[in-house]
Amino acid sequence: MRTMMISRRTMLAGTAATATVLAAPAIHAAEPKVLRYLGTAVNEGDDISKKCLADTGIKIEYVTATTDDVTKRVITQPNSFDVLDTEYFSLKKLIPSGKIQALDARKIKEFNNITPVFTKGELPSGKKIGGQGTAPWKVLYLEGAKSTKFSATPTEFVTLIPTVYNADTLGIRPDLIKRPITSWAELLNPEFKGKAAILNIPSIGIMDAAMVVEATGRYKYADKGNMTKPEIDLTMKVMTEAKKAGQFRAFWKDFNESVNLMASGETVIQSMWSPAVTKVRSQGVPCVFQPLKEGYRSWASGFCVSKGATGAKLDWAYEFVNWFLSGWAGAYLNRQGYYSAVLSTAKANMAAYEWAYWMEGKPAAQDIKGPDGGLLEKAGATRDGGSYEDRMGNVACWNAVMDENDYMVRKWNEFIAA
Amino acid sequence: MTRLKLNTVQQRLSAGAISRLQALPMAFVFAFFFILPLVLVVIVSFWDYNEYEMIPAFSGRGYTDTFEGCAAQLPELCTILKTYAKTVKLCAVTWALTLLIGFTVAYFLAFHVKSRMWQITLSLLCTIPFLTSNVIRMIAWIPMLGRNGLVNQGLQATGITHAPVEWLLFSEFSVVLALVHLFSFFMIVPIFNSMMRIERALIEAAYDSGATGWQTLRHVIIPLSKPGIVIGSIFVITIVMGDFITVGVMGGQQIASAGKIIEVRLNALQFPAAAANAVILLTVTLMIIAGLQRLVDIRKEL
Repeated sequence: MRTMMISRRTMLAGTAATATVLAAPAIHAAEPKVLRYLGTAVNEGDDISKKCLADTGIKIEYVTATTDDVTKRVITQPNSFDVLDTEYFSLKKLIPSGKIQALDARKIKEFNNITPVFTKGELPSGKKIGGQGTAPWKVLYLEGAKSTKFSATPTEFVTLIPTVYNADTLGIRPDLIKRPITSWAELLNPEFKGKAAILNIPSIGIMDAAMVVEATGRYKYADKGNMTKPEIDLTMKVMTEAKKAGQFRAFWKDFNESVNLMASGETVIQSMWSPAVTKVRSQGVPCVFQPLKEGYRSWASGFCVSKGATGAKLDWAYEFVNWFLSGWAGAYLNRQGYYSAVLSTAKANMAAYEWAYWMEGKPAAQDIKGPDGGLLEKAGATRDGGSYEDRMGNVACWNAVMDENDYMVRKWNEFIAA
Repeated sequence: MTRLKLNTVQQRLSAGAISRLQALPMAFVFAFFFILPLVLVVIVSFWDYNEYEMIPAFSGRGYTDTFEGCAAQLPELCTILKTYAKTVKLCAVTWALTLLIGFTVAYFLAFHVKSRMWQITLSLLCTIPFLTSNVIRMIAWIPMLGRNGLVNQGLQATGITHAPVEWLLFSEFSVVLALVHLFSFFMIVPIFNSMMRIERALIEAAYDSGATGWQTLRHVIIPLSKPGIVIGSIFVITIVMGDFITVGVMGGQQIASAGKIIEVRLNALQFPAAAANAVILLTVTLMIIAGLQRLVDIRKEL
């Protein structure tokens, strides 16, 4: 009896919903399509929101915070955003908290065209890539629509639709170092005493440290992105020794800090992000995003949707994600030196010479311009690290949240105090 | 009739009760916006937590984790003690310097600048360090103190040094420099205020009795400026003890501070651990303030 009543009520609700859909044009006129987009400043470009408004009529309202604050906000104020732009590694905190909802893969038009880097952990050519850390394919699927458990095998319930990713390495000042740099071990080379820097985000900083420890041959980790307590101790010991010896000039947290340290010559070798290297270069200072033989530390981000987004909001969220993957935004990201999740649509939106430079590692046939039209590289230049295959194919590990995160954070405080 | 009633009310309430009633609104504000949040912080500091949420179950983990290894590592200091030793040291140096500078500037403003107009203008000039944001300030110090900065170029050009001086930036020196640069103002204002209230006749009387300038300063001006000195000291000490932005930015994030520990914990979503550290910081700061109060009874002096 009770169940019957409920189903009757649901049916009534369903009828009401159909009526709403039928009346859609009137409602569209009354209610503007607005999505609140929570993320870091790096991905929140005006160009993208303007183009999105022109193409889909969806107005994007950016809510900007730092990487850590974005996560904090999702946990503490889950109703303050609709779409969330975040990285895969934070899912290990966000999914168990139950603050974001699974997306239906069948509603994402280009889902099957998303690069296999995310879905299978391999390049389009079939080459397997490194999966240490919180690799996207480990946290891409959920067991069910309401589940908070990651599924090891593909399901239709997706946690985060990828949009952008890259392979990170060390940035160097070739004019001040004056010799080839080929290994992560150089970060702790006493030759650069007082002129090195690392990232001051513990979960990422310790990964760079692990790349260095492995490169020096002191230890080989089973998984750099998920260390045991003794491994954390060892890594921090190596870093503490270096810190005490005065190896580091500074630790940086902010994009602009990293640009300034490098451009002013305070540091000559440091962990860095690709667009920061471009920015140093655009100031006329030589700077190289140096490929290293041990490989890259990779990261990937994309869109989640808040649990609070329902009805029309949810439809707009899908529309927005679909628009984002449809090519224009992908080409925009590729021109910034990142990679887009759906390669085919991005390629269709780029000139052949641009694709050859950014993705195939070929010398630029003509001057390379950034998304804002500013000159990035003169004709003849090639991209640091070469092609997509060369860069993404050499990924060694992914940004991660470790099981021993709590212990790691305490050890990081100890490292700072040393 | 009404007046009669009022009189009886006044008769019934003692003078003390009336002052207490008058203080009631402010007490409410304090209770709601200060005491209550503080109580919540203390409660949360005894909760448990996992990767993404606080668990409202009693746990001393926030505290025990913080003091981990403190007994085992003796005589070597553990992380938290090392951090507090560093924070207290930076605080002491900053306090001494801001007091010296603050007192001198306030003295100049109060006793040497005669026109009220100039006193106000010069006081406003002291607020200049607050006109820029922290990030801008940090970026601005690099061309000044950096390896290839103005100071190093000057030192090398004049032949005083032959290689760049590295400790000018991202060192304890630069942290103290920035803190003093920022917070001298908090010393200047209360001391200046105290000095302006000193009866000028007292100073004249001191001179007339044959006291030297130094004696007047020691026996008249300093004792009478004490409330200002203590208030300024409380400002500076509480701000510097909790500061993590300036220490971080100017220390190249390589210098530990009590505030920094809280920040790192917060960013890792470990709210109870952050709250526990906040309680520890508050306790230490209150102890320092209590010590200061012991030196000068500020309630008596005001």
